[in-house]
Amino acid sequence: MATDRQQDAGTVQDGSMQVVMIGLGDEKFALDAGLVREIIDPVPATKVAGSRSFVPSVINVRGNVIPLADLRIRFGMPQTEDSADTRIVVIEVGIDNEPVLVGVTADKVYEVTEISRTDVQQTPRVGMHWKPEFIRFITKWREEFVIVPNMERILN
Amino acid sequence: MSSMDPTEIFRQEASELFETLEGALLDLGLRPDDRELVDSAFRALHTIKGSGAMFGFDKVAAFTHEFETAFELVRKGEIKPTQELIAVALAAKDYIRALIEAPDDADSIIGDAILDDLKRFVSPVEQVLPVESEIDTPPASESRPAGWQLRLEFESHILRNGSNPLDLLDDLCKLGPCFVVPVTDGVPLLDELEPEDCYLKWDVTLHSGCDKDAIDDVFMFVQDEMKLTLVPLAQVERAAPTFAMAEAEPVAPPAPAPTASSAPAAAEPATPPERKRDEPKRAEERGIATVRVQAERLDELMDRVGELVIAQARLSQLAAAGSDLSIKMIAEEIERLAASLRDTTMGARMVPIGSLFGRFRRLVHDLSRDLGKPVEFVTSGEDTELDKTMIECLADPLVHLIRNAIDHGIEDSETRAAAGKTENGRIELYAIHSGAQVLVTVKDNGGGLNTARIRAKAEEQGLIAPGAAMSDHEIHQFLFHPGFSTAQTISALSGRGVGMDVVKRTIENMRGSIDLSTKPGAGTCVTLRLPLTLAIIEGLLIRVGEGRYIIPLPAVEECVELTADDERSRGRNFLNVRGNLVPFLRLRDILDVPGSPGLHQKTIIISTGETRVGLVADQIIGNHQTVIKSLSKLHSDVTIFSGATILGDGTAALILDVAQLVALAQSRAEKQQMSEAA
Repeated sequence: MATDRQQDAGTVQDGSMQVVMIGLGDEKFALDAGLVREIIDPVPATKVAGSRSFVPSVINVRGNVIPLADLRIRFGMPQTEDSADTRIVVIEVGIDNEPVLVGVTADKVYEVTEISRTDVQQTPRVGMHWKPEFIRFITKWREEFVIVPNMERILN
Repeated sequence: MSSMDPTEIFRQEASELFETLEGALLDLGLRPDDRELVDSAFRALHTIKGSGAMFGFDKVAAFTHEFETAFELVRKGEIKPTQELIAVALAAKDYIRALIEAPDDADSIIGDAILDDLKRFVSPVEQVLPVESEIDTPPASESRPAGWQLRLEFESHILRNGSNPLDLLDDLCKLGPCFVVPVTDGVPLLDELEPEDCYLKWDVTLHSGCDKDAIDDVFMFVQDEMKLTLVPLAQVERAAPTFAMAEAEPVAPPAPAPTASSAPAAAEPATPPERKRDEPKRAEERGIATVRVQAERLDELMDRVGELVIAQARLSQLAAAGSDLSIKMIAEEIERLAASLRDTTMGARMVPIGSLFGRFRRLVHDLSRDLGKPVEFVTSGEDTELDKTMIECLADPLVHLIRNAIDHGIEDSETRAAAGKTENGRIELYAIHSGAQVLVTVKDNGGGLNTARIRAKAEEQGLIAPGAAMSDHEIHQFLFHPGFSTAQTISALSGRGVGMDVVKRTIENMRGSIDLSTKPGAGTCVTLRLPLTLAIIEGLLIRVGEGRYIIPLPAVEECVELTADDERSRGRNFLNVRGNLVPFLRLRDILDVPGSPGLHQKTIIISTGETRVGLVADQIIGNHQTVIKSLSKLHSDVTIFSGATILGDGTAALILDVAQLVALAQSRAEKQQMSEAA
């Protein structure tokens, strides 16, 4: 896992990076494709009482019980009902140096694409309603701003 | 499997050999005259030397060779294995282990020192040697025609193991003049001949005054792969003329079949004691065919079986809902198969706990020497089987308990004498099956727990109010409190209480519990109650609100209806169960379930040790085969669940952590009592 991420960092410096483009509310997020294990249809989730609000439940993904994270809560975005476009993106992130599978609810999954580092924008300090440490960088994709989140920070 | 590093295989094998060696050495301390023990220690040493050299552990081979040379005298019975010698031998064993595990860190100075020690034990006696050997050998053989008639029959695969029968024959010749005749009637025609098989047998007439042990020694390392028939020459001449004839006509063509087969038969009655001792052992070794399997493979197999059990549960659910009779039959069939597959797989992961007990003998030996407290260590139930992962987890807690028992439990000799007890302390370690649990007990016959001192310490640390009414059992629980120790002097080994919280946590992580009982002056007994396996448990499926949860079945005592009276007593959360007050928890509160509870609430009484707590749920659904999946690190802050499982409909359900819930209920009950008292 750790090596994966280092490679990603490398590709960013080379100029381009494979990402999975997902929609959360009105925003678009680009998840590093190296982290993504699979994309599945929504499955019934089991609430875990007493857990932190951004990982409220667990789901069964082919025999494994994995936590289901809700980035919208972490980013202070309004909750939306599941729609026909809702998907769960299963990613693998390092938590305390151990790879952990986590499901992330996405309102929509657009496509797997390439973003380029040359378009990277300075993360603005103002005008954002989420914490800057959750964001790796912001870039431009098809004339739209997309956020590349720092999943490790968000989930730790 | 073929990809496994050969060095790693050697290390594994060596560690098993070390256990054998250590066990034999320690036993030898108790029964210095047992030749079997000396032989088994020697065999282990020899194998370590041989395979060490084969895998390039030259230092190991060289050192072991020296060790073996010194030990040779013990084997010949020329020196007695004294306690001091055994202590040195154990140190030598540790050094070899270090050489194998971390060859670069092992200091050769230590090795030399150990060898010097060994030689010191061995050499003074060396001069006495001729006298002893004179007593040893002659009377048996000298008076009659000295010598032996031997028939050697090796198993056909002997060559593939690297043993060379010819070398053995050479060794035999060193004992005295030999007359060797090969028996070739077993050799097949050329086109049926397997070049790697050994077809030859040998008849040997050995003219020597040596005793039977000397001959056995030659074949020591192949004795399981051969049949050795041994008859003193004097008897041969009288009892088995056919055999003698074969010997008399060495140049004659291969003896006809009947002669060859009747010869050993005729010779057999002449040597009953030796054969009888060997035969059961050989049969045992052949009977138990074992396969070495990597542990991860077993883990994977268990995972697959877990998934199968889940899939089977879904199938059964669908079949039960439908009306197709044939599907129902198949579902039942698969249910039965899955259950037996589960049991078999769990069985394959079971390891006898004896492998663990062996290690503690050394611990007790060393501690008792260091502390100057003679301690007798008794184990039983070594055959009790436990899941291999649990065996690994158990090692540390047991080390703590045994250390505590010797350091603090057993009194010193004077105190024991004053109390009219035997001089030797006694520590018992035993394991037994009890239903779906295994009980592992560490029992000492020392001074027992000092309840008053524990209480004083707890009051001093502010854990209880001075003078609060508490049972002895409750007071003893403070021993498991983190950082709690009554030891007045700090000892390098242990302080009662130090590490006990770790023991408790480890055992609880394995979903086990600890019982502690003590009698002042008579000793302490700590019993660990452990589930048989960590992978699959029987669970009770319950519903609270919309959610379904599992309670491990071994913890469930009974289920009762929550009566209207109990329900009304909002303030006091106590149940009256046949006259006993049992605190209860409303799972709806703990699990944050919105809305109002249903009409007929059920209470599930769970227990850990002696404490009982009721859990109020909306519905009891039934038994559930629970395949345990651990929760991820993202949920490590949630303590009331010990894991999750997957239900028949494919959703995940959480497993309630009984120990945590009981602790929660108790702390709530205490708060309530305190606020009522205030």
